[in-house]
Amino acid sequence: MIETIHNWLYSTMPQGVASIVEMILIALAYLGFFAIAGLFLVLMERKVAAWFQLRIGPNRVGFYGSLQTMADALKLLSKELTGTAKADKFLYNLAPYFVIISALMGLAVFPFTKDIQAFDINIGIFFLIAISSIGVIGILLGGWASNNKFALIGAMRSGVQAISYELSIGLSLLTMILITGSLQLSEIVEVQKNGWLIIQGHIPAIIAFMIYMIAGTAETNRAPFDMVEAESELGAGFHTEYSGMKFAYFFLAEFINMFIIAAIATTVFFGAWLSPFGITESIPWLGVFWFLGKTLVLIFLMMWFRWTFPRLRIDQLLTLEWKYLLPINLVNIVIMALIVWLNLTIKF
Amino acid sequence: MSYFSDIYKGIKTLLTGMSVTGKYFLTSRKGAITQQYPDNRATLKMFDRFRGEVIMPHNENNEHRCTGCQKCEIICPNGTIEIIWDRGIDEETGKKKKKIDQFVYHLSMCTMCALCIDVCPTDAIIWGQNFENSVYDRTKLTRVLNEPESKLMPGVED
Ligand code: SF4
Ligand code: SF4
Repeated sequence: MIETIHNWLYSTMPQGVASIVEMILIALAYLGFFAIAGLFLVLMERKVAAWFQLRIGPNRVGFYGSLQTMADALKLLSKELTGTAKADKFLYNLAPYFVIISALMGLAVFPFTKDIQAFDINIGIFFLIAISSIGVIGILLGGWASNNKFALIGAMRSGVQAISYELSIGLSLLTMILITGSLQLSEIVEVQKNGWLIIQGHIPAIIAFMIYMIAGTAETNRAPFDMVEAESELGAGFHTEYSGMKFAYFFLAEFINMFIIAAIATTVFFGAWLSPFGITESIPWLGVFWFLGKTLVLIFLMMWFRWTFPRLRIDQLLTLEWKYLLPINLVNIVIMALIVWLNLTIKF
Repeated sequence: MSYFSDIYKGIKTLLTGMSVTGKYFLTSRKGAITQQYPDNRATLKMFDRFRGEVIMPHNENNEHRCTGCQKCEIICPNGTIEIIWDRGIDEETGKKKKKIDQFVYHLSMCTMCALCIDVCPTDAIIWGQNFENSVYDRTKLTRVLNEPESKLMPGVED
């Protein structure tokens, strides 16, 4: 279907116009996906949280509460945008867009299936890590420009957290890159046709996966690493002063970031759109189903973390990273290098 | 060496926690503790230790167990209880005897501390299970707990 639209566009219009129209169409498709995924994930979070705590969760709006987040989004849309009098207006208004655009850009490089990938660059993983750091600038800006002590503390914490946990994310992904030998996401998927990387790389891959999940949860600022928002200490942390749609941007971006973290894990550890044992290899479009399915399972895992574990203090957060995750990660890379060098990977 | 045992212990305890919440997740459909309150108003029952309000039970002959000793009035930290008493003639012995006229209870002042219920020597007052205590007029929160024309249950004083 995508092929036909592509051919039709290029046959009816001159080259330049056609490529611009195509870009706009793709951007709209991703925006739509972004909005729907965000709303769905918020609903899922609330339902899952309720079930973990023996509650019922939203169950009034729509069938079993299925329209609840839709109603919330409408409410947020219609709310007044307030702000503090002494805020730095320009930066204050810029911050939510920083956060949301970086989240959107990350979404572009994922191979949803063999043919659906908007942007297949040869430094895919590197691009993703770089983009996810830009989001932190948005949080820092928001906290700084709000001119509010809670927001500032939240923003500073976010800086501390991002600087430390970015290392772990990068290094754990680097461990897996040792097997694939390429940063390009489509290449990484190609390598996994001989077995998902978590199986190919066995023990060090599993350790890398665990480190990645811990650091990824920290990257998205979710509990147990929610030092940035810290409702119990800082009001709402960096977005204390935001309301209405700007708040909704931060909120949505958090969920999209969670999706991105889970999607990276799916791509790098669990074979992206490849079906287990190649059971649906003859039907290529089912790849989307497999990709989203695996991602949802990983998102569920992150929700499970959130509703089980107690929060960390900021010093415990740094101890965990610098004294545990980072050394283990470095040793793990060496082990992985040895395994690849000695050809001890498991391949089918 | 405690470095590695710390890691092992950390992972183990985290997994224990996850298995607990995992079990909750699977059984929550049956065991949800949420009450769908206004919907199940008719069937909703409070748990045994619920403290709704202080009530004085009466039996079918309109008799209660309060002797009018005023212990509850004295112990109440907020002055919630006011006992208006009287001396009446006891029918059996013909002697003058203290009995309650009105047991006034100000629900608006009560902190539900249960001191009065603990101190009552004859267990005349107990916790009621009423959970809908809001009213539009605060004078409605002042209640007389003994029914009109009620008497002391015979044998309570022995
Ligand atoms: S429960 Fe406490 S506050 Fe209420 S009437 Fe009894 S003693 Fe007073
Ligand atoms: S309720 Fe109990 S404590 Fe209070 S006056 Fe009556 S008998 Fe005495």
